[in-house]
This record gives sequence, structure tokens and C-alpha cells, in this order.
Amino acid sequence: MADSTYLDSTELVINMGPQHPSTHGVLRVILRLDGEKVLGTECVIGYLHRGVEKIGENRTYQMFAPYVDRADYVAAISNGLGYCLAVEKLLNVEAPPRAQVIRVILTELNRISSHLVWLGTHCLDIGAITPLFYTFREREMIMNIYEKYCGARLTTHAFRIGGLQYELYEGFEQECREFCDVFPPLVDDYEQLLTGNRILLGRMSNVGVLTAEDCKAYGVTGPMLRAAGVKWDLRKAQPYSGYEQYDFEIPTGRNGDTFDRYVVRMEEMRQSVRIVLQALERIPEGPIMAKVPKVIKPPVGEVYVSIEAPKGELGYFIASDGSTLPYRVRIRPPSFVNLQALDIMARGSLVADVVAIIGTIDIVLGEVDR
Amino acid sequence: MADQPKQEGKPQPAPGGQAAPKAPPKMAVTAWESDLTRMLQEQFGDRILEFSSYLGQEFLLAKPEAVVTITEFLKLEAGFDYLVDVTAVDYPDRPERFELVYILYSFSRNQRIRMKTGIADGFKPATVAGVHPTANWMEREVFDMFGIEFDGHPDMRRILLPEEWQGYPLRKDYPILQQDQAWVRENLGIDSAQ
Repeated sequence: MADSTYLDSTELVINMGPQHPSTHGVLRVILRLDGEKVLGTECVIGYLHRGVEKIGENRTYQMFAPYVDRADYVAAISNGLGYCLAVEKLLNVEAPPRAQVIRVILTELNRISSHLVWLGTHCLDIGAITPLFYTFREREMIMNIYEKYCGARLTTHAFRIGGLQYELYEGFEQECREFCDVFPPLVDDYEQLLTGNRILLGRMSNVGVLTAEDCKAYGVTGPMLRAAGVKWDLRKAQPYSGYEQYDFEIPTGRNGDTFDRYVVRMEEMRQSVRIVLQALERIPEGPIMAKVPKVIKPPVGEVYVSIEAPKGELGYFIASDGSTLPYRVRIRPPSFVNLQALDIMARGSLVADVVAIIGTIDIVLGEVDR
Repeated sequence: MADQPKQEGKPQPAPGGQAAPKAPPKMAVTAWESDLTRMLQEQFGDRILEFSSYLGQEFLLAKPEAVVTITEFLKLEAGFDYLVDVTAVDYPDRPERFELVYILYSFSRNQRIRMKTGIADGFKPATVAGVHPTANWMEREVFDMFGIEFDGHPDMRRILLPEEWQGYPLRKDYPILQQDQAWVRENLGIDSAQ
């Protein structure tokens, strides 16, 4: 003690979470600090673990479909699409064109609503309270469309293996068009409020930088990868559900920092509106369900099918032993994989930046823990 | 179960005499041949047992000792720079009980392949975290769920379940309602979490 001066500091280990408003659920981060500076982090996860993959082995293919909605509950429709596509691949069937277009509309609306939740909560975390009220107002329009379509708002179970169960309700197209009319100017409003805001820029620029190399090394996908300048989107790279027919851009960033991820997600919302409008133009007539047997017994085999979920690559690895129950269902969750990069992003930053970095990964703990 | 009504349509084994054990149905795979497989074949010879394709998805079956070198080779020489996932499947009836599945993607080729390897219970496969840092958490999850320990892993602990939890839930001999009774009682103060 005699040698120590006022300026000496010791390493401090503190807990952030699991009950912390900025951890978006029950994430616990153990921070090693030198004063305000982060020396290292360790994520403690699993608080929401429900054993979804084990449940999958004990349910029939159809019975398991609603469970996947509970993984990333902010983007339930994307989860459902990924799962249905995987089982359809295993059965070697394809949803009819009408079902595919409707799926694209609902999935893109889901991307918007997921990004809206991210925008509202992320801004809330770093000090801007107002956007949350705006984004949830707009999200409500999407939720109403879901509710009218399938009766549920959050965990929708909107799709079925082989297509859709429900036909579109009357006025669906009109409501989607109304949303697409109203929404882009509102994104401009958000941008006016946020993009040039000095406080927000201070909290986001050069915070949590992740280079393209790091992204690939850590398997980081989705807007985070695109913000690092990699023009990669599964909808373009390996199109599914007819995405190759739509005209849209893949927005990218340059620095891979929190601000770039913000810009990429904002632009993605605009692009999703474009896709929805194109899809509305071309909803074909026809059946909405492919010929799928009532009792689904895929032949022995295994497939991995992945889609571009709002948070990144969402994949399903399903092994079938020829029975009515999947032998193994593996969900490859983007949140879980992306969260792993928290440590390299947070090292050397300040404690307050950790909050911004967690927000910018856009995790949903239901998907991290499954 | 003998008194239960017969399930419709299911052929029942003749009473008394044991039906000859039927070989389990196999995946209807086709051979996978390309420049990549030829390159791998040349490099690794009999350490790769099979190149196959199922429903247009390609995979190779490797010997467990060769997994790390193949991953490294694929990353450096063939551009498979993104490890999508590491997972496992439990086949209790096989001598090599677990099948590890590595899903790899190449940005430059826009191609996804799977590498599989069969390992016996207790075998410790080498970690690929040195090649793809993302394998860290994925392998931890495989350890957590299947009890497969990865040799040389920087941080071989459970990731989703509590560290003191007994048992590996995704093994086939772990029933869905099973739990670590002692842990639940001690930590949650209840008899059952069901």
C-alpha cells in the first residue's frame, strides 16, 4: 500500500445483467474493467434455455413448427419460413407460387418489424427515448396485418410445411400498400431525428468496430457483416422462395462500426418495402398448399437449409430417420453466433460502449438460449 | 405393447419367430465429384472416406483425426473461410456413436458443404477453434448437449446449462422429462421443474 499512489488502479470485475435493461432479456456479461476501460468480457447465457432441439426430437414435423417461432420471437415469421423450407427440402416439395409470394411479403414485413424493435430499443439504450414510441407505432401496423392474417401477433405460426394454411383476408393488399405508402417517409423522419444527431454519432461512430475478416472468422452474418463492407445476403447469394425475381439492393457499410450497422439496417427497411411492393404486384392465383401428406415421414436423410433472417443466417439442420419425428433438429441461430463477437468488439472500449455494442448486435435471447 | 391394437398399415413381425433384423434404411446419396473433391482426394487420400451428395447438398465423411487439417486446407486453399455451424447427431446403435457435423461456406465460391465424422463415446476430437474462432461457442454447445469433449479447446465448459448440471440432454438415452434432480432441488428449492 505504501507504494500505491492515487493514480493506481486495480482490475475490477463486475456483473452486467442478467437483470439489466440494456441486455435485451436475460444476458449476463461479466466485465473485467480497468477504470472505465473494458479489458475483457465473458457472456453467461442459457437463462432462457428451454431445450427446443430436444423438444423437436419428440414432436412430429408439424407439431414442432410453432416452437421455432419462440426462438427469435421478434422475427417469428422468419423462423417459421426457415423451418418450413428445411422440411420441404427434406420432403423434396416446393410451396406453390402463390404461397411463395405471400411468404415473401410477410417475411419482409417481419424484417421491418424486427428492425423497428431493434431501432427503438437500441436508441433507448444509448439515450434517445423518442424513437421507441415512433417505431412501435409503425410496428403496430404490421402486427395488425399479422393478426388479421393468422390471428397471432408475435409468435405467429403463419406458414405451414408445404405452403400456407390461410388464404389472404380481404383488404390485405390494400393494408400492405397503405403501410408501404406511409412507412418510407417515416424512415426519413427517423433519419432526420437520429442520423446527424451529434450525441448519437458520438455514441455510435467507431464504437464496436468489427472488420470483415473478424466477421468471417467469428461467423458473424447479417447486417453486421454487411456493415463491414461485405456485400453478402443469402437472398441474393442463394435465393429461396423466389427472391431472385425481386429487384432490391444490398446496403453495405465501410467501417463496420455501430453507426454503419445502424445505416445498413435503416436502408434494409427501405429495401424491404420495395420487395413488398413488387410482391404485391405479382401475387399469382392458384393453390396455397403443395401436395404434402397428412403424416409427414421424410425419407432417411439430412439437410441444412438457411435463410437470411433479420439478424443473419438462420439455418436448420434436420436429420430424418424415416419416421414421423425428426431424428435431430439443429437450429443455427444468428444471435448466438453473432453474440460471440461481443468480446472482441468490446475490448478496449468504455463500459458505456458495451451497452451500445450489445444493442447493435441485435440479439434476441430466446434465440441465443433456445 | 403386445395387447395394443395394431397400428394401421404397419407390417407386424410374425408372432413367435423373430423377424430377420432389417438393415436400417440408408440415405439415398449420390456420388459427389468435382474439382474440389479431386483436390481433397489428392491431398488427403484415404483419410476422407466418402464424397456424397443428398438433395443437391454436398458432404464428405472424414476420419476424425483429419478434421482439423481438412478444415485448415479448405480454408486456406479452397476459400471455405466461414464455419457456419458445428453440431452433432447421436446414433446410439452405431459403434461410432456420435456424428459430428461441420457446415462450411465459401464466400468466393458461394458454396456450402458439410464435413462429417463419426466418433465413439469418450473420443476427444481436436478442436477447430484454432482455424475458425467461431467454433469456440459451437463446440462448447456440442459438449454441453452431447458430452463430447474437444481436445485443445480454449474454454471447454458448458455454455447453456448450469456448469454443475449432470447429464447431456441431446443424447438419445436422456429422456425428454429427465432433469438433474439434485441440482434443481439445491438451486431452485423445488422438486421438479416440469
